[in-house]
Amino acid sequence: MTTTLDKTEGLGPAAAGASPYITATFRIRRFNPEVAEEATWEDFEIEIDPKERVLDALHKIKWEMDGTLTFRRSCAHGICGSDAMRINGRNRLACKTLIKDINPEKPITVEAIKGLTVLKDLVVDMEPFFQAYRDVMPFLVTTGNEPTRERLQSAEDRERFDDTTKCILCAACTSSCPVFWNDGQYFGPAAIVNAHRFIFDSRDEAGEQRLEILNDRDGVWRCRTTFNCTDACPRGIEVTKAIQEVKRALITRRF
Amino acid sequence: MSDATISSGSAGSTGPSVENPAPLIEPPRARTGKTPKSTRTNFELYGWLFMRLSGILLVVLVLGHLLIQLVLDGGVTKVSFAFVAGRWASPFWQAWDLIMLWLAMLHGANGLRTIINDYAERDNTRFWLKMLLYTATVFTILLGTLVIFTFDPNI
Repeated sequence: MTTTLDKTEGLGPAAAGASPYITATFRIRRFNPEVAEEATWEDFEIEIDPKERVLDALHKIKWEMDGTLTFRRSCAHGICGSDAMRINGRNRLACKTLIKDINPEKPITVEAIKGLTVLKDLVVDMEPFFQAYRDVMPFLVTTGNEPTRERLQSAEDRERFDDTTKCILCAACTSSCPVFWNDGQYFGPAAIVNAHRFIFDSRDEAGEQRLEILNDRDGVWRCRTTFNCTDACPRGIEVTKAIQEVKRALITRRF
Repeated sequence: MSDATISSGSAGSTGPSVENPAPLIEPPRARTGKTPKSTRTNFELYGWLFMRLSGILLVVLVLGHLLIQLVLDGGVTKVSFAFVAGRWASPFWQAWDLIMLWLAMLHGANGLRTIINDYAERDNTRFWLKMLLYTATVFTILLGTLVIFTFDPNI
C-alpha cells in the first residue's frame, strides 16, 4: 500500500509537468457581412490537448472566447459531412482531424471551403453543390412492377459501386477542384461520384440518362485529373478513379 | 499576426451587403435566359478522345521530324531550301508533314480551348479569346496546307 502510494507520489510532479495541454494558435478566416465587407484572419490562442480534434478547438473558441464564430457541424463524428473546411490549406472534416496531426507548433489556419459563396465565417452557400447533385438524379430508377421483397443483387454487382456509396456529401472534393473554382458550372466530383453510384448499380435502369447528362459541356470531360478530389475525400473514396470510370463508360457506350 | 480589425463604418459603401454577402457564384446550370442549352452532342467526348489519339500519333510524328531535321545527316546545318524541296518531292513526306500540321494545330487549339474555358473569368473574354484562337488556327492550317500542296521547287 505504502509502496503504491509512494509510486504515485513519485509520479505526481512528473505527470503534472507533462501536462497534455499545449497552446495552439488557430488562425480563422472570419467574415461577417453585417460588419465588414472583407474577410479577415483572426488569431485565437487556446490551451488544448493535441489529441483533441479541430472541431473541439472550434467549440472551445465559440463557447468560451467568441460566441460569434460561425460554423456548421451536426453529428461531429465524420458521418454527416457538415463540417468540411479548409484546414492548413487542405479540405478536411474538422471532426476527423486531430490537432497533433497538423503541426500545432505553427498557427493552424481554418477557412471556409473554396468555390462556394461564403455566408458567414466558415459557412458557405451549399446550393450550387446540391443543385449539381440533384441534376444527376441520385435515386433509383426502375421500370415494371415493384418486387414484393428486396431487389436482390449479387455480391459482385454490389462490389462494383461499393466505393462510391461511401460519399457523405461534405463537398470537400468539389470545393478542392480547380475546375469547379473557376466558374462553378462544372458538375464537380461529388455529383459524378453519386452518379457513378447509380450508373454502375445493376438494379438501376437510368444509367443511360445519367451518362447523357454527364456527357455534356460541364460534365466529366472537364475533369483534368488533378486528383485534388481523391486527396481531399475524408471517406477515402477514389474519386478521380470513379470519374475516369464514367468517362470509360461513355466511350465504350459510343464505340 | 494582427487580430481582425473590424470596421463598422463600412455601411453605405457599395459591395457586399447583407443580402449579397460576397461575390456571387452563379449556381450551376440555373436555367436562366443566359444559360446555354444542353447540347446533347458528343463534341466534348470526341474532343477528349482526339486529344489522346492525336497525342500518341504526334509523339511518333514530331520526334521523327525532329530526328530527321536536327540529328541525322549532319544535323540542323543540312536544312536548306534544297533539302526541303527534296523531301517534299516525295508524297510520303508531304503526307507526313500534312498530318503533323493538322494534328498538332488541332491538338494545340483544343488544348488552348480547354485552358481558356477554365481560366477566362468573364463570358466576353472567353468568347473573344476563343475567336482569336480559332482564327489563328484556321489561318495556320490553311496556309500550311496550301504551301505543302502548291510548293514549287523552281520558285
